[in-house]
Amino acid sequence: MKVKVSMKIFSVPVKRVLGVLALIGASALTLTNSAHAQLRIEISGVGSIQIPVAIAAFADEGLAPQQITAIIKDDLTRSGYFKVIDAGTVISETTPVNFDAWKARGADALVVGSVQKLADGRFDVRYKLLDTVKSSTLSGQSLATAPTAARLTAHKIADDIYEKLLGVRGVFSTRIAYVTKSGSQYKLEVADADGEGVQDALRSNEPIISPAWSPDGTKVAYVSFEAKKPVVYVQNLITRARAVIANYKGSNSAPAWSPDGNKLAVSLSRDGLTQIYTVKEDGSGLQRLTNSSGIDTEPQFSADGQYIYFLSDRSGGPQIYRMNTGGGDVKRMTFNGGYNISPRISPDGKTLAYISRPDGRSFQLYVMDLATGQNQRLSDTTKDESPSFSPNGKYIMYATESGRRGTLAVVSVDGRVKQKLTVQAGDVREPTWGPFMK
Amino acid sequence: MRSSSISTTLALLVSSALLLAACSSPVKLEEKPTIEDKSATTMPPPADTRQVSPVDTGSMDPLNDPKGILAKRSVYFDFDSYIVKDEFKPVVEAHAKYLVANKGRKILIQGNTDERGGREYNLALGQKRAEAVRKSLALLGVPESQMEAVSLGKEKPKATGSDEASWAENRRSDIVYQ
Repeated sequence: MKVKVSMKIFSVPVKRVLGVLALIGASALTLTNSAHAQLRIEISGVGSIQIPVAIAAFADEGLAPQQITAIIKDDLTRSGYFKVIDAGTVISETTPVNFDAWKARGADALVVGSVQKLADGRFDVRYKLLDTVKSSTLSGQSLATAPTAARLTAHKIADDIYEKLLGVRGVFSTRIAYVTKSGSQYKLEVADADGEGVQDALRSNEPIISPAWSPDGTKVAYVSFEAKKPVVYVQNLITRARAVIANYKGSNSAPAWSPDGNKLAVSLSRDGLTQIYTVKEDGSGLQRLTNSSGIDTEPQFSADGQYIYFLSDRSGGPQIYRMNTGGGDVKRMTFNGGYNISPRISPDGKTLAYISRPDGRSFQLYVMDLATGQNQRLSDTTKDESPSFSPNGKYIMYATESGRRGTLAVVSVDGRVKQKLTVQAGDVREPTWGPFMK
Repeated sequence: MRSSSISTTLALLVSSALLLAACSSPVKLEEKPTIEDKSATTMPPPADTRQVSPVDTGSMDPLNDPKGILAKRSVYFDFDSYIVKDEFKPVVEAHAKYLVANKGRKILIQGNTDERGGREYNLALGQKRAEAVRKSLALLGVPESQMEAVSLGKEKPKATGSDEASWAENRRSDIVYQ
């Protein structure tokens, strides 16, 4: 009996099967290593325009410990701005391409590539982004990748595709931090923006709130109640070194980093009323910024370092204000309804996100265009909290409740792209989107 | 005759001494040197071996009497209110009296809110509830050094429901003895 060497299994080429088996092998390893509750992401809304992009399998991508093109496809799909077409075949960056054929299949762009082993144990991941309409190459990269960095390389390629086709930097290689609560255990966790690679930064039997990334992405400030009162800490994620930067008499909270990373604004009740102060990164150099007769809290620096947005109930109810970083020139920003809190300013300074309670009951995410003063409600849920802009300013991640459990959600600033992020057990809250990193 | 004068003097002295001895408490015959006041290093007076000094067990401390007013450590607040209501004044007064009488005791006053609203704003509102109790105690004479007002915001609710009863239970300041 003659047996054909090149068999087709379930009408899928053998190379594909081997690739998938390699992926399963790699995933099993990842699963046993990580006992962490993974963050699951579901898409429930897409952008008004979706660019059709065909993604080919990369030549020899089974060599890498992660299937690079699967990650790229997931990233682009999740962004809400692409309609991902599976090319259904392997195309390397050196294979000649029939642009018209791909255009006829409805693809505006085509992604091709290859993976090769390097002598030093790393992989060379090469990729090209082709414009089928203009029959040209939009981008090409060669990324030397350590085996543990395969996911990051895939995210970097997805970022490049996003940027070349949309004109805005992608956020697939960024990280997020958030707090989980399961029974009486609280954890501050850090994950990739796609919910993978979850790591515990802090574990405690007392609450953790208000995490804030340092501008360089290596440290997180947060409020911990381990001392039976709120105290602000700064923790180096790499060295695990922790420093108390504010533990004055009373409550200490709401840390926010200045754009240069040298100081933090915090909210302290040391002088009787809750007011806003700044401290240097090592906790020294305390300076008081506000001096009102009410509550001043939730400070947020603008990215250009000019302003601090904050919450104040000096007018009788909580509203959002802005002051210069010296504490002067205070200007009220919100006038709609009696309860507006949690100001967050977009990286380009043009959009203010906040939580509003316009009907006296529901807490919902809103954005205000600072040029026109126009407000837009971005969510349909009623217990929204803690908004956080992605570093490219296109998305807002926030905490909300779904079926009586704490979940996270992502919405694009125009309200159209929607995602829900959940953990397997317990509640997730207090999200903060990390910065661009090298 | 000299010797008889001396003898007489001696006799007189001795009889005087004996007379003195009969009339007064024992007199030390050697001179006592002047001692500087070094109270820190002076030896304690020899113990009176028949002395008895009372010890109160912890169960006697009024703070630990489960039926006493000091067992009440919580002050409850109305919705959107940060004032100590009249019904809680007796509790506050009792703790004030105890703290004034026991200068070595310190308290942490933890303010709480119900679950509705943002975490940081609720932390500040909880602080107002802690402050309200602290101010009341201060007005009754409790020194600053014996109190610290802090907030737990909505982070550590006692009641976990989302109904009026649970919310009312959580709008609360607790006096915690350190």
